[in-house]
Amino acid sequence: MNIADLFATHRRSLSVGFFILLIAFVLTFPLYGGIYRTDVLFTMLTYAILAVSWAMFSGTTGYMSLAPAAFFGTGIYVTALLQDYLPFPVIMVAAGVISFALAVVLGLVTLRLKGIYFTIFSFGLVVFMGNAINYVEADVLGRHGWYFNVVNQTVLFYTIVGLTVATVLAAYFIGRSRLGLAMRSIGGNEEAAEHVGIDTTRIKILTFAISAIFMGVAGVIVAPPLSYSNAGIAFSPVYSFIAVVAAVFGGMGHLAGPVIGAFVYGFLEEMLRVEFLIYFQLGFGIIIVLVILFLPSGIVGLVPMLRDKLGEVIAKLRKGGEGEQHANT
Amino acid sequence: MRSYGKGAKGSNMRILEGQGVTKYFGGLAAVSNVDFHIDQGEIVGLIGPNGAGKTTLFNLISGTFPLSSGEIRFKGQKLSGLKPHQICRTGIARTFQETKVFSNMSVLQNVMVGAFFGSLTHVSGAAAAREASQALEFVELSAMSTDPINDLTLVNQKRVEVARALTTRPELLLLDELMAGLTPTEVSEAMELVRKIRNNGITVVMVEHVMKAIMGISSRVMVLHHGEKIAEGTCNEISRNRTVIDIYLGEETHAGS
Amino acid sequence: MAEAERFLGLTLIGIFGGGIYGLMAVGLSLQIGVCRVLNVSHGEFVMLAAVLTFVFRQLGINPLLAPVFIGPLLFGLGFLLQITLFRGLKARAPSPAAFEGNALLAAFGLMYIMGNAARIEWGTVSLPSHYLTNSVPLLGVNIQLNVIVGFAIAAVLGIAVYLFLTRSRLGKAIRATAEDPATAGLMGVNTNIIMALCFGLGALLAGVAGTLISMRTDVNTGIGFNNTVIALVIVTLGGLGSVLGSYVAGIIIGIVSMMVAFFWESVLIVPAYYAILMILLLARPSGIFGKK
Repeated sequence: MNIADLFATHRRSLSVGFFILLIAFVLTFPLYGGIYRTDVLFTMLTYAILAVSWAMFSGTTGYMSLAPAAFFGTGIYVTALLQDYLPFPVIMVAAGVISFALAVVLGLVTLRLKGIYFTIFSFGLVVFMGNAINYVEADVLGRHGWYFNVVNQTVLFYTIVGLTVATVLAAYFIGRSRLGLAMRSIGGNEEAAEHVGIDTTRIKILTFAISAIFMGVAGVIVAPPLSYSNAGIAFSPVYSFIAVVAAVFGGMGHLAGPVIGAFVYGFLEEMLRVEFLIYFQLGFGIIIVLVILFLPSGIVGLVPMLRDKLGEVIAKLRKGGEGEQHANT
Repeated sequence: MRSYGKGAKGSNMRILEGQGVTKYFGGLAAVSNVDFHIDQGEIVGLIGPNGAGKTTLFNLISGTFPLSSGEIRFKGQKLSGLKPHQICRTGIARTFQETKVFSNMSVLQNVMVGAFFGSLTHVSGAAAAREASQALEFVELSAMSTDPINDLTLVNQKRVEVARALTTRPELLLLDELMAGLTPTEVSEAMELVRKIRNNGITVVMVEHVMKAIMGISSRVMVLHHGEKIAEGTCNEISRNRTVIDIYLGEETHAGS
Repeated sequence: MAEAERFLGLTLIGIFGGGIYGLMAVGLSLQIGVCRVLNVSHGEFVMLAAVLTFVFRQLGINPLLAPVFIGPLLFGLGFLLQITLFRGLKARAPSPAAFEGNALLAAFGLMYIMGNAARIEWGTVSLPSHYLTNSVPLLGVNIQLNVIVGFAIAAVLGIAVYLFLTRSRLGKAIRATAEDPATAGLMGVNTNIIMALCFGLGALLAGVAGTLISMRTDVNTGIGFNNTVIALVIVTLGGLGSVLGSYVAGIIIGIVSMMVAFFWESVLIVPAYYAILMILLLARPSGIFGKK
């Protein structure tokens, strides 16, 4: 049995093994990683949540959403507004519920439009919320941003690990469910899906709203370490871009794809920070274009490619060995 | 063999009826004041030159777009205002002129989608897989169940579309150019399939340009031209109808070829 | 009395400025409508032209002349991008929806590339690019010449594009390709070249708009994003595929932005666009003039 076959038959256990290793690594990291590096990991996990939840909806239905930043920012703002009145866990739930509701409203309005208009709209929501809230804050409330109460960083770290695991599990179970099949049908051919009994509008809105929950809760966890935030910071479109870029880069054919993409992106972003930010962004732009063009299934797509290549190489080596044997007899 | 249709054989109930069916796109009437009826157990052919409004009529029946005016009733129930997925669940299924399969799935999965979502009753995963397998057997594509749908020829993809439509447990099946691009042998096989479908209790309406098929299996034929119904009758009557012949003169008809 | 004057003045500026926005939007409308690319890097082309106009001015070239050089440059860039990048994507995409998604992402990448490359080259400072700032009395109000000239040029170009698209053979081929590329191909239209032409033309129009914008306000390498947003809103409002729609929507947006700044705050301009956009899309999903 050659390596390619080995990979194929044990694919399921390899995936689970990967995730278990990853979780073990992440959970124990604060013990030996140090504060700075744990913060980097924190950011990487945040990006992973955004990417996985983005892929949950956009990866399957094909409707490209640029709204993650809207829900993420909502989470940050819910924290800012409620931090003095409610305990942290309750705020997380509140942010999830509010994000869900917001997504339902947005979905009702826009998911009956063509794909392109949905994308434009979702993008617009982010810009709209940032600007509108900025105005209300500055001109109506006379505020200039919010300061966050301190929350124990270790608690936050393990909370975000928990949320990441929850997001991945949700994506997994939804993927295997009837809802997941309906979503993939919509992605495969929406008109056919509609005519085979799938209420496409309801399914799209539901999935979109579910993915929004995770983005909103992530915003809550991210808020305290920020110390300070205003509308411009909270609703920065960059978060939408990161979600998309990480998921596509990592590959949407597999659950691990967006996670890997987010980790790589977060890692590079940190490494090339500060002075090199512009170069990093330039470089990432180039990488994105190249990946989209030549690696359409993302990094995860490399795995089957490499596996096949490895299989080929091994087969050739074997043949060469046999040839020598024959030559010697 | 599992029976897909629920209709009682031999009854002459009007399963589908339309009155004054009209659809405007901009200023142009794609379908204009068409009255029609389909009786249970029939195979009705719907023919006409390109652009006559045949697919538009199908679209109106299946709920893809709303009517501009007129009424369509299925088993006495008005269809206006219903969305396509609701119409599917009441018992009307269709295939599409440009084959619409779920490009991201295998053949079996494509058909299972219909089983899962197409009927009013909840279906378990195992039951859906069973129904899908049976449907694929019915259209004689069992061998390709696990293949990715994109690997199939267009002809076979059309069969998968039919299997998928069948798993939604329709009483009425609308076939849009099932025979387009088929060789004569394939046309005969497709004709057999349509007969098999009807014999299982499903009423069929076929849009076709392949005259051999229409004349071979239809009990009745309707002719559309410029959105209007210009003739209706048995195959014999239609093949002798002066107006119909005139319309098709100069049009390439696939009479047996 | 002064208030009424100011109101009229703002309305006029809104109309004139809006015309320039309309020009910018027509370019994007072509790229989306014909090439099916949601080009979020469109604003970067505007930015590039605006910055280059300033750079050329330092070399002694009059801003009104700058489009003569910048236009073909951007046209060529757009043409190349379509014929290499986007056509390559289309060839590899398993479905039109997948292509549109990938094209959008590639446009993102382009946005990052162009924006940051510009920042590396020219920094982030504001460039004093305004030109023709002497005011001219119009209907009793003083309006800066750059806005009037800008509108005139934008209007002339708009009419030219409209006539081109509706009267010329090439224009018919373009409209056929936008409608149904497969059928157009069967009728003998070289859709690859047509799409490349349209993408290039879109970039060119963005470029001219960039020059005109640079005349009325100081520019910097960061203005791309905002202009992309504005162009997207106008295209959606005015309807894909309609030149007139883009201009009308552009003017509406121009007036709205002036009114909002006048009655409330400048920060509310963008929310106002979206409010209008959302209301309109609820009522008429295809925009003011769009075809379904």
